[in-house]
Amino acid sequence: MYTFSSRLKTTAIALMIIGALGIAYGFITAPNTIEDLKEQMLHAEDGHGTVADSHDTDAGHANEEHTKEALHTPTDSDAHGSEDGHGVSEEEHLQHSLDQAKNRPWAAIYIAMLFFLLLSVCAFVYYCIQRASTAGWSPVLFRVMEGVSAYIVPGSIIVLVFLIASSVGHANHMFAWMYTSVDPAAPNYDYAMETKGWWLNIPFWLIRAVIYVLIWIGFKHFIIKNSRLQDEATDLKHYNKNFTLSVVFLVVFLVTELFMAFDWLMAIDHHWFSQLYSFYVFASMFVSGITVITFVTIYLRAKGFLPNVNDYHIHDLGKYMFAFSIFWTYLFFAQFMLQWYANIPEETAYFYPRLIGNYQPLFIGMIVMNFAFPILVLMNSDYKKVPWFVVIAGLVILAGHYLDLFLLVSPGTVGSNWHFGLPEIGGILFFAGLFIYVVFNALTKAPLHPKGNPLIKESEIFHH
Amino acid sequence: MSSKVIHALYDDDDVLLKAVKEVKAAHHHIEEVYTPFPVHGLDKAMGLEPTRLGITAFMYGLTGLGFAVWFLNFIMIQDWPQNIGGKPSFSFAENMPAFVPVMFEMTVFFAAHLMVITFYMRSKIWPFREAENPDPRTTDDHFLMEVAVDGDEDTLASLLKGTGAVEINVKEKH
Repeated sequence: MYTFSSRLKTTAIALMIIGALGIAYGFITAPNTIEDLKEQMLHAEDGHGTVADSHDTDAGHANEEHTKEALHTPTDSDAHGSEDGHGVSEEEHLQHSLDQAKNRPWAAIYIAMLFFLLLSVCAFVYYCIQRASTAGWSPVLFRVMEGVSAYIVPGSIIVLVFLIASSVGHANHMFAWMYTSVDPAAPNYDYAMETKGWWLNIPFWLIRAVIYVLIWIGFKHFIIKNSRLQDEATDLKHYNKNFTLSVVFLVVFLVTELFMAFDWLMAIDHHWFSQLYSFYVFASMFVSGITVITFVTIYLRAKGFLPNVNDYHIHDLGKYMFAFSIFWTYLFFAQFMLQWYANIPEETAYFYPRLIGNYQPLFIGMIVMNFAFPILVLMNSDYKKVPWFVVIAGLVILAGHYLDLFLLVSPGTVGSNWHFGLPEIGGILFFAGLFIYVVFNALTKAPLHPKGNPLIKESEIFHH
Repeated sequence: MSSKVIHALYDDDDVLLKAVKEVKAAHHHIEEVYTPFPVHGLDKAMGLEPTRLGITAFMYGLTGLGFAVWFLNFIMIQDWPQNIGGKPSFSFAENMPAFVPVMFEMTVFFAAHLMVITFYMRSKIWPFREAENPDPRTTDDHFLMEVAVDGDEDTLASLLKGTGAVEINVKEKH
């Protein structure tokens, strides 16, 4: 049995406290009025001037303004529902900038909470794939995967609260479609909502969110319950039940994940659409989930709690990290290149701020971290057997996929004046602390060696 | 110069693997093992060095990638500039996403083909080459271990018999 060491517990709680302080700082310093915003913009003038200049040295000030206006157009139209970004008055423009600045602390925690929830759900999917394929190598890692998926329950409750606060509570302007109208005479008229309104309306949107979350929690609950019962069982009843449940879950999950990504992420830029989007989000979170499983395994093994895990198990997890990094790249590029090539305004509006606008360094950096780095570092099979090497590669992969999520959420909510500061770091630390606390607490609940699994022997003697 | 070898035939891959380990433990030199299919772990048991084919594949892949970059830059940008998706920038960097599929394919093409050719050269397999296979049954359901006779022939034969060989032949090797 694993016992939650007090050092790790203290670390987790400290992370949560520091994170909470960062989040609180974000909310306190967010501007409340247009006057606050103007003052903050004056403060930030110097820093921003240099950044803009270095991008565009010979452009005059007017030109720079123009570029910014062009950058704003997609997000402007999203937030206001008016298609004409240039037609907005100074007043409206400031109001819009204020909304974006107010969104920032919300977006910061939303990215972090979704990151940990989705990687936890995807770790559970990975676990179900092992069960559905009756994999022989992995049963010694099952309890680790079950531990990581324990975060699904608190994680999804937090996300649900956030979604309710954003919609019914009007706490922020992150989901611009909530502030549009289908009345052509209204100032916030949005032509897109005429066809999308039946899907994107607050009651249906919230009901769907509850359904996704209930499905994930339900399957997690019953599959893990069967797994624990199998430990003491004399027959394979629970094991066989889990096989069926896992197969059903994989199908149901893909459907819920498809619509979850549409609802929670793609709807932020509700004029834009991509059919590949959900699968792309899945790939991103799946590789993060496998990386976290690897981290927890390496940690527990180093502490001596997993005597049956050998280097070949770490090697195999490393292979999955490598393979799914490439899988992510494939989906990312498939989505990106078609829209880049076709160059249709309504599609490129999404990629403009990311590829050419203010998000460019993050966008390029993310591709390097999520593709170039893992493919070069994790290619050699000997290196994948060295735990500290896998950990370093994994840290870069996790940071890269956090950035990926940051790029999915921020351009549509915070707009072109993004920052990466205390609120964002606070969000990551808080949810990382909560994640560590929940996961390691769950790991103490059952023996780390699932001795009732019929494939456990094969897993123990696993080698290449 | 000719030397004597013993051909020991087995009819099961697990028995063969165990036999290889025992023969190695008794410090005999295994010249070669002929099997109808790849036996997992046999290379390690025989003490063969790990293959370097993967390293060559990586280098061939880089060659392919480099060739594709040069190739596309020459045909699409320099020799006959192309308007790509309404982006007539005539710059390789700005049109790079359009070239990625070709770069990928050429990387795979070079790595795969050159690796196979390297494997054939290294294994000395080429058209019209006569098979070295000493016994046609190793292409069907038998495994053959070729052990160099060093010292007493009978002791070695009995050792091999003890490991589960179904047939033992002593041959002169030229």
